Amino acid sequence: MAELAIELTGVNKYFGEVHANKNISFAVAKGSIHGIIGENGAGKSTLMSILYGYYQADSGSIRLNGQEVRIRNSHDAIARGIGMVHQHFMLVDTFTVLENIVLGAEQGVALKQSLLAARAHLATLNRDYGLQVDPDAIVGELGVGEQQRVEILKALYRGADVLILDEPTAVLTPQEADDLFRILGLLKAQGKTVLLITHKLREVLDITDAVTVMRAGEIVGNVVTAEVGKEDLADLMVGRKVNLQLDKTPATPGKTVLQVSNLSLTDARGVKLLDDVSFELREGEIVGIAGVSGNGQSELLEILSGMREASTGSVRYNGTELTTLPTREPKAAAYRRLGIAHVPEDRSREGLVKDFSTFENAILGYHDQPAIQRGLLFNRKAIIERCRRFISEFDVRPANAFRRSGLFSGGNQQKVILAREIDSDPQLMLIGQPTRGVDIGAIEFIHKRLMALRNAGKALLLVSVELDEILALSDRIIVMNAGRVSGELPAAQATATELGLLMGGHK
Amino acid sequence: MSQPSNLPRWATLWLMPVLNLFAALLVSGLVITLIGEDPVECLQLMINGAFGYPEGIGYTLFYTTSFIFTGLAVAAAFHAGLFNIGGEGQMYLAGLGVTLVCLGLDFLPGWVVIPLALLASMVFGAAWAFIPGYLQAKRGSHIVVTTIMFNFIASALMTWLLVDKLIMPGSQTPATRLFAESAWIPMLHELAANLGIELPQTPLNATFFLALISLVVFYLMVWRSRWGYALRTVGLNEKAARYAGMPVSKVIIVAMCFSGALAGLAAVNELLGSTHRMNLAFTNGIGFVGIAVALMGRNHPFGILLSALLFGALTQGGLDLSFEKPAITHEMIILTQGLIILFCGALENLFQTPLALAFKQMTKR
Repeated sequence: MAELAIELTGVNKYFGEVHANKNISFAVAKGSIHGIIGENGAGKSTLMSILYGYYQADSGSIRLNGQEVRIRNSHDAIARGIGMVHQHFMLVDTFTVLENIVLGAEQGVALKQSLLAARAHLATLNRDYGLQVDPDAIVGELGVGEQQRVEILKALYRGADVLILDEPTAVLTPQEADDLFRILGLLKAQGKTVLLITHKLREVLDITDAVTVMRAGEIVGNVVTAEVGKEDLADLMVGRKVNLQLDKTPATPGKTVLQVSNLSLTDARGVKLLDDVSFELREGEIVGIAGVSGNGQSELLEILSGMREASTGSVRYNGTELTTLPTREPKAAAYRRLGIAHVPEDRSREGLVKDFSTFENAILGYHDQPAIQRGLLFNRKAIIERCRRFISEFDVRPANAFRRSGLFSGGNQQKVILAREIDSDPQLMLIGQPTRGVDIGAIEFIHKRLMALRNAGKALLLVSVELDEILALSDRIIVMNAGRVSGELPAAQATATELGLLMGGHK
Repeated sequence: MSQPSNLPRWATLWLMPVLNLFAALLVSGLVITLIGEDPVECLQLMINGAFGYPEGIGYTLFYTTSFIFTGLAVAAAFHAGLFNIGGEGQMYLAGLGVTLVCLGLDFLPGWVVIPLALLASMVFGAAWAFIPGYLQAKRGSHIVVTTIMFNFIASALMTWLLVDKLIMPGSQTPATRLFAESAWIPMLHELAANLGIELPQTPLNATFFLALISLVVFYLMVWRSRWGYALRTVGLNEKAARYAGMPVSKVIIVAMCFSGALAGLAAVNELLGSTHRMNLAFTNGIGFVGIAVALMGRNHPFGILLSALLFGALTQGGLDLSFEKPAITHEMIILTQGLIILFCGALENLFQTPLALAFKQMTKR
């Protein structure tokens, strides 16, 4: 057996009553890429936080390179050669790459010496690992993928031999993810050990050497990647048979619900965020909008849901012109009243209030409905009943209407939002990234519900950066690039390659 | 990444504030020892001054009344994500509203003047809060800065009005004439006397009941109505509020008016309940204490009731103490208040980690 970089034996961690990590034992070979997968809330992040010194294990031992160690805090972890790339980057946006990398590792009183030394070191790292980061660029001006590389550089600069990446592809486009995997490959080739935490099966299968599968705080499998398939991992993760294939009957589109014509949006700096976008959407069909994130899809959803005004162009909904709709209330409220429901892209920042109890979030956007008022006050009983209904229909766990929404996993938060929007019986449903940061069991469920909506004759507009999702759900696919529609094709004829070319604007 | 709290809810809600309060008193005790007094004796004198005899209790509850209003005012804005430091100025202007109604109309019977004066206090307080609210909502001017400045403007404006315009003719003190008795809100000892109960004479008046009602109404409005729902959504997550189609600017402005109106009611307690005239210093920092009351009461009516009572007792007990012990000056009481604010506000989570460890030890055994 190869030399071990990390070896955990019998690690336990409790948070009050919650047993977040149960008797965790596994080993990671030096110079390998090791995946840790599990659904949200399976205990992956807790485990990594123990390795990185944020939390202390309540019992059990950790060995690094064969030596038993105690990691008391992140300084300890860094000193022992463990680096971490967080899901949410820990960078100062207004600093240059170089300044960010030196930050916290400065030596001496004057900064200049540290910066000079760092610059030289950085050049070597950049070359060895093919990171291609400009040390003088301002971090805030870099793309997400580049910022992530800065985080990796930061860890390497501090002498990391073991690199922990927490859901690194959650924020990346497919292309950026491929770039990242190439870099991880180079790191491995240079003898670094990589721990990859994720819930995406495909990337685990693509790049890891071995996988540890976690469920409900326990390890349910330690497998060699080459010996397993996607279905095996999914079943292990969820603990039951998962059907990754969606039953899609041919669509029977009815009358046109939404007609978008020549829609444009120019921001304050004069940049065209949307450029002459036209398409239509009918009853009983799902139109998917594919594209690399940041190519106008978000803005399109914002305009269609009334959260933002278009510069020019028209949006007709059931024959009513929406852009000039005379209304005294905010447009988002008026559109909702007309039967347009919206599942926003940024679930936790737009779709719900994390500090609210779930029953309070169950009425967000519908809080003016007469059905839940009693005189001047809310009809609290009706609201709680409604929430309980959502919870049972959508299998939200834990089934507690009073629990704060922020304490639920991403998948369960999303179920509450979907339940709320579907319950309003909309004619048009705008859906942004329905399964971002959602675990497999919930993805399966959400996809089925969306399909059922379509079969019930609703019009669905789906924006997703996951090509697989677009291909699985859509009847027609619109590809966006740089604010324009770069192509439109029936889903049955679309292939990932063709969509990829359209997304890049090469066609 | 923040460590999930290992503390049970009751400990966060009850034990921690009590510990914080205890720490503040401990440091105050140290200072008292340093100036050569006995802290235990002083504490006894203070508690006795606040709760030890009927008159003391009356004064304590009188101060509590004003603190409830200004505490609720801060909490109202806080739930909309706004830090209204302008309670002092809003209360000051509300006093002007009360005064104008009384000076102009106090020949009318009480059942006309008093409701009008109440209304005026709320309208003037709300109007003074409206401007910073409007500037915040429409122009992005930071509410903390504008409300502080509006305190100064209010103070300057009121000084000019009192010294030049509203002063009682022929008087040297900057105060208005005494309002006619019809405009006085009945004192509690008067009400009690009607029922045949004898209470000592204190400024505690019927406004106290209005304060208690306000606590309940505040709870219902903020937590049980769609209005409060929008208020809290805007305060916790403005993006979600926009998503939900809430008129964010309007909510902010209305929240500030609500806050100003509540602060305004404190002026009623002082002017119609106690002094029956307006003088220059009638606000006396009550608006600022409201910040501490709201902080310590966690912006919840029940917490505000308790913390207003605490600050009421501190004020009354402190005054009594300074009569007994000349070495303990008014500044000493302000120091204690300051320490309480420091420990309960800024150092709120001081004992969280040690407490969590202690609980863990206990559960292990």
